Amino acid sequence: MADVLLEGRDLTKHYPVRKGILQRTIGWVRAVDGISFTIERGKTLSLVGESGAGKTTTAKAVLLQEKLTSGTILFEGKDLSHFSPAQLKAEYRPRLGSVQQNPWSSMNPRMKVRNIIAEPLVVNKKQTKQQLQSRISELLEQVGLSAEHAENYPHEFSGGQRQRIAVARAMALNPSLVVLDEPVSALDVSIRAQIMNLLKDLQEQYNLSYLVIAHNLATVRYMSHTVAIMYLGQIVEYGEAEELFERPLHPYTKALISASLLTLPEDEDKGVEKIILRGEMPSPLNPPAGCRFHTRCGEAMPECGQSVPPLRDVGGGHKVACNKA
Amino acid sequence: MATTKVIDWDKVGGGIKRKSIFLEITFILPVAVLFLLVIMAIFAPLLAPYPYDQISMQDRLLPPFFMDGGTTAHLLGTDNIGRDILSRVIYGAQISLSISLIVIAITASIGTVLGILAGYLGGRTDAFLMRVTDISLSFPAILIAILMAVTIGPGYWTVVLAISMLGWAPYARLIRGEALKLRESDFVAQARIIGASPVRIMFRHIFPNVLNPLIVMVTLSVGFVILTEAALSYLGAGIPPPAASWGNMVNDGRTFIDTAWWMSLFPGIVIGLVVLAGNFLGDWLRDKMDPRLRQL
Repeated sequence: MADVLLEGRDLTKHYPVRKGILQRTIGWVRAVDGISFTIERGKTLSLVGESGAGKTTTAKAVLLQEKLTSGTILFEGKDLSHFSPAQLKAEYRPRLGSVQQNPWSSMNPRMKVRNIIAEPLVVNKKQTKQQLQSRISELLEQVGLSAEHAENYPHEFSGGQRQRIAVARAMALNPSLVVLDEPVSALDVSIRAQIMNLLKDLQEQYNLSYLVIAHNLATVRYMSHTVAIMYLGQIVEYGEAEELFERPLHPYTKALISASLLTLPEDEDKGVEKIILRGEMPSPLNPPAGCRFHTRCGEAMPECGQSVPPLRDVGGGHKVACNKA
Repeated sequence: MATTKVIDWDKVGGGIKRKSIFLEITFILPVAVLFLLVIMAIFAPLLAPYPYDQISMQDRLLPPFFMDGGTTAHLLGTDNIGRDILSRVIYGAQISLSISLIVIAITASIGTVLGILAGYLGGRTDAFLMRVTDISLSFPAILIAILMAVTIGPGYWTVVLAISMLGWAPYARLIRGEALKLRESDFVAQARIIGASPVRIMFRHIFPNVLNPLIVMVTLSVGFVILTEAALSYLGAGIPPPAASWGNMVNDGRTFIDTAWWMSLFPGIVIGLVVLAGNFLGDWLRDKMDPRLRQL
């Protein structure tokens, strides 16, 4: 049995839609609708999907920034909903790190790098000044900056350097799980690889688990062990990264991969099929009946509009929710 | 080999340079004016030729020295009971400037605290505090001040209290808006993820980032406070005699405006100077601190 660090079971998050003076609830936005996943120790799980698929809401739930409508999150086998606020603060929060997408806005412009990195330590731990000082230097060197940078302000750094600072902040408490929300998408392409390699090195060194949110498939493939493809608040395909990219089963996954490949003139001669999705993702306020993807699916059958395909295991932990697969 | 064309950068950047020199002047001048007035207030006993309340009946209503009948003994003339106008303007700086400072300290602190609380906590706290602010903004400040002067008697602290009582509301409004914006920012979200308490977030993350608009507002309200004090004195609810404030000097001169205009003019000029200096400084700071304007 794999060493599971965090497990999400049937997570749902429905936002009420209110209207009028009385604020009556007239409907629910099903941002996340019954998803389950596991993150193993030292491994990376990526959530992939269009905007509005529920990736960020899921990450926020793991970071305790959103209250789930239902479902349980198990951390090292313990149900988080059974934790008291004090326990969460003492036993769960310090085990988490987080890196945000935009390194330009994720740091207080009025704080020195020293204080930015030290904040998780100051908030969660009692330490002497010397301990703090040496930890800051250690963290800065770990992410490829130098200890002198502690005295600078964030605006004095480039995007890549800022993201390194953000990684240092996430690492400050020696977390077990780091949530990476589009960690490289705001960076220049030339810098992405550096940051991804830094993250991979840290993962190896500290046996870190990552929950990555991304839409760039190249990033996802390079970084992840396991990938979950999300569509309209549900997971449509779930499996080992290599397996999933080599043998995609769900039409949506196929379309995503197809869209991420380079289009070459000779493709047409070779008969490479290009899958182009039409239309927009339907509103999560009123998701389509049956398979949620059938409105845009090129392979949809009449029954797809009626029966909801369950997420079935097709072998080796590769799961797919499609009536055809 | 290619010949390189020499570009005269001084010419290219000419327009920008002129602009920046203009900005510097609008900074240096008001700062110099305010600095001189503060020095004047602090060293009033050394600088003033006479005590502010020395009455001399034979020297009543002397005009300034440059006019017929004026003497260099009273450079800016005397008032209706023979007090030296120059000395009173110098001593008046003490009261007028110190009232501004105290009022601004009080209103800016209250307004900032309430604004941050309302903006960051939101919900009912916000709704309640903003209604209180709306009510404060809708009251005519002068009326309240007169009411207070009548009930607790006119005086230095009555003026301070009266102006402060409603003066915090514009600060609260401004800071609340800024705090609201910051609450949704990524770095505040990050602080919440880290587990920072609301108090810490308000102190370490919100407060330092509302300082820019706060400073601008402070400089702009220097003029406002002095004008309000003058208005109160004009209505008889300000600083009572014999103490000299610029406001009550203008008021004293009111009845003699057709014969002894200098009684009102000179304190009026310094009020104008302070208000202008404050406004210029505020404009300059706002231009400097707005990143979009900073690039101009």
